Amino acid sequence: MSAEPVAAQQPPWMRVVRSVNLRDYGIVVAFLALFIGLTFSTNTFFTQNNFANILDQWAALGLLAIGETICIIAGVFDLSTGAMVSVTAVVACKVALSVSPTMGLVAGVATGLGLGIANGIVIHLTRINSFIGTLAMAIVYAGVAILITGGNIVTVTDSSFGAIGQDMGLGIKYTGWTFIAFTVFAALLLARTTFGRYVYAVGGNAEASRLSGIRVDVIRGACFALSGLAAGLAGMLLASRTQSAQANLGAGMELTAISAAVVGGTSILGGDGAVWRGFLGIMLLAIIGNGFNLLNINTTYQQIVYGGLILIAVAADQLLRRRA
Amino acid sequence: MPPLVELRDVSKSFGGVHAVVDASVSFARAGIHGIVGENGAGKSTLSKIISGVYEPDEGELIVDEEPLRFHSPRDALATGIATIAQEIALVPKATVEENVMLGIESNTAGVVRRGDVRRRFNALNERTGFRLRPTARVGALRTAEQQKVEIMRAIARDARMIVMDEPTAALTRDESDRLLEIIRQLAAGGTAVLLISHYLDEVLSVCETVTVMRNGRIVRTSPAANETPQSLVNAMVGREITLEYPSKKLRPEEAPVVLEVRGLTRGRELDDISFEIRAGEILGLAGLVGSGRTEVARAVFGADRVDAGEIELEGRPVRLRSPRQAARHGIAMLPENRKEQGLVMIRSVRENVTLATLGDFSEAGLVNGLRERATTRRLASELAIRTPSVDAPVVTLSGGNQQKVLFAKWLVRPPRVLLADEPTRGVDVGAKRQIHELIVELADQGMAVLLISSELEEVIGLAHRVLVMRRGRIVAEYDSEQATMDRVMAAAFATEAVA
Repeated sequence: MSAEPVAAQQPPWMRVVRSVNLRDYGIVVAFLALFIGLTFSTNTFFTQNNFANILDQWAALGLLAIGETICIIAGVFDLSTGAMVSVTAVVACKVALSVSPTMGLVAGVATGLGLGIANGIVIHLTRINSFIGTLAMAIVYAGVAILITGGNIVTVTDSSFGAIGQDMGLGIKYTGWTFIAFTVFAALLLARTTFGRYVYAVGGNAEASRLSGIRVDVIRGACFALSGLAAGLAGMLLASRTQSAQANLGAGMELTAISAAVVGGTSILGGDGAVWRGFLGIMLLAIIGNGFNLLNINTTYQQIVYGGLILIAVAADQLLRRRA
Repeated sequence: MPPLVELRDVSKSFGGVHAVVDASVSFARAGIHGIVGENGAGKSTLSKIISGVYEPDEGELIVDEEPLRFHSPRDALATGIATIAQEIALVPKATVEENVMLGIESNTAGVVRRGDVRRRFNALNERTGFRLRPTARVGALRTAEQQKVEIMRAIARDARMIVMDEPTAALTRDESDRLLEIIRQLAAGGTAVLLISHYLDEVLSVCETVTVMRNGRIVRTSPAANETPQSLVNAMVGREITLEYPSKKLRPEEAPVVLEVRGLTRGRELDDISFEIRAGEILGLAGLVGSGRTEVARAVFGADRVDAGEIELEGRPVRLRSPRQAARHGIAMLPENRKEQGLVMIRSVRENVTLATLGDFSEAGLVNGLRERATTRRLASELAIRTPSVDAPVVTLSGGNQQKVLFAKWLVRPPRVLLADEPTRGVDVGAKRQIHELIVELADQGMAVLLISSELEEVIGLAHRVLVMRRGRIVAEYDSEQATMDRVMAAAFATEAVA
């Protein structure tokens, strides 16, 4: 091979730099730059209080972003997560009122998982594109949430219902801990297990995976289930934090979550990406929002920055894929 | 009269594969000119150079005695060369008239003048004698009628030459006859037609001139009256041997039957397919592209549903409804298109190699990376896969090495039956030889191998026995001594076989 002698002439660090390409670590560079910038330009950013706050405020969106990241790697989209958050939060409150606060929290999470499984089954049976399939399911779920509440806010007065959403342990609220725990669980699942391997394979080439004996629909169905579980956790946390829920609680959250997954560098073409990217993606959106606040910049600009970031992330992914 | 289109020393390659080499041929202003040749002889590439899809690497394209460069089919159309592709490209929901006039509607400032459009359409109908109803929806028409629409569309754009690539492949006998009649009328009306077809009798019956291609080169161009189906087949086969094959190991006649297939039927693609493969045997499956070879492999592997048929493995009937079940029974398939069906291109060599057998490398759902790496390294060295590391994405490897990764995937746990569909397509000569040796060695170890290839030499060079398919049926069987290029080709093209 003629390429080898050339490579041998380079110092070892050069080779390391070359193997770390922009696509892989663009998000890390962007995150670190902003992190360091905010640390030095404000004296309120790099404080434990601020970090704990960010984690708490973004825990629900973060959970959804992790779920979306898994789905996008598997080659599907889940547009129903926001609506699932609404349903699960409403169910949690209703069950808390009629059974017990603990059962309410459990029911919320279980409902999310159930709705996610329903997404997987519906898309398997109808064979429609996941984008449209979950969009339709989202509309159904939003309707279900209104049916359950009758359009009113459901309030739970028993303070034990609010424990997980409001209390703190080791300097971070339990909401943040839930998000971190789910992130670690999902990261291990994708990176270390056969299931994770199949997720990448199915997203990278569904037909080749099928011809290798993988049950593509089962794998994708499990991804929808995980996304539903994430939405269930998010809905439960939100319900617990305010001890109340209403039918439009999660509306629109799925779009922010998908943005975070994409900004993190997970390819929308499927088969490539990682859970930590979803985490970093949502954290980037979080500290941008935080920065706007701390620097007293008009938050309207935040939208423009978010939109621009998504364009940059997707354009960079396609450009680099084409070159590869 | 000078020719309408002329090619001078035209060559075209794709990634080192020479599709067309030094081709020189001229096409008259009227009449039907046929091009024939084996799969991959370069017919389609040649026609696509004329119709502006490809630009030649070398040589000249001359239209009306002027050298031209086409950058797109649009350029070709502007000089009056229209193409009717293998896949029909019409707007199914629109009417016949709308399709014919699409983009060239008579209009005033963007508003279509319906009356004028209809008048022009009627004139075309008259001229071609097609008698198509202008308001019929194209999607509701039969294939032959849709082809008429395509042809009319070409004529509406003042086409002087119409290039047709396999126009009758999807038609019934009856429909083909009618289309050929239309082609004759067109030619009689002064349009030049370039007809590419696998059906030699068809070509001989309508064409004035026939060009034969082989391995990207033009063998000869002569008046159709001087040719017979047999003379065309002889010219297509040639006598040159381009590759050496590993010597065939003798197959013990009494070896047990591993795979037995009976009465496999699927729609119009597969018609009552029956065969058996013994342990250690390489069974070749020859035939033209579209004759049903790939469908046989896919049906056996459970990738497509079948309407009828039974499969026995080592004497036991099995039902294979999915690739997963087939793989569990020890059947492996290397699909014909490795990029789309075989490999997850953006994932690593290691992930691809262990994809079908990941359970073997894991405990309680957790992948054991060390064992996985060790096995991948072993297979990579056994199959001489050249890759910078087992973690390199497959997309960075050469075609030959990608194909070896595909083999490695199914050799982690060696199967009983290997269905290899085009195992050397798009692979360089060195890797090809290695893959041939590998297939022979696997058979020697007792595997039953079904080898499908568009390269007839490869099938004849490797297989112990050759089945020939045509239009979804097995039409001939030859053992190693009987299988010659002439015979197999004759059976595939349905000319009179020289017994």
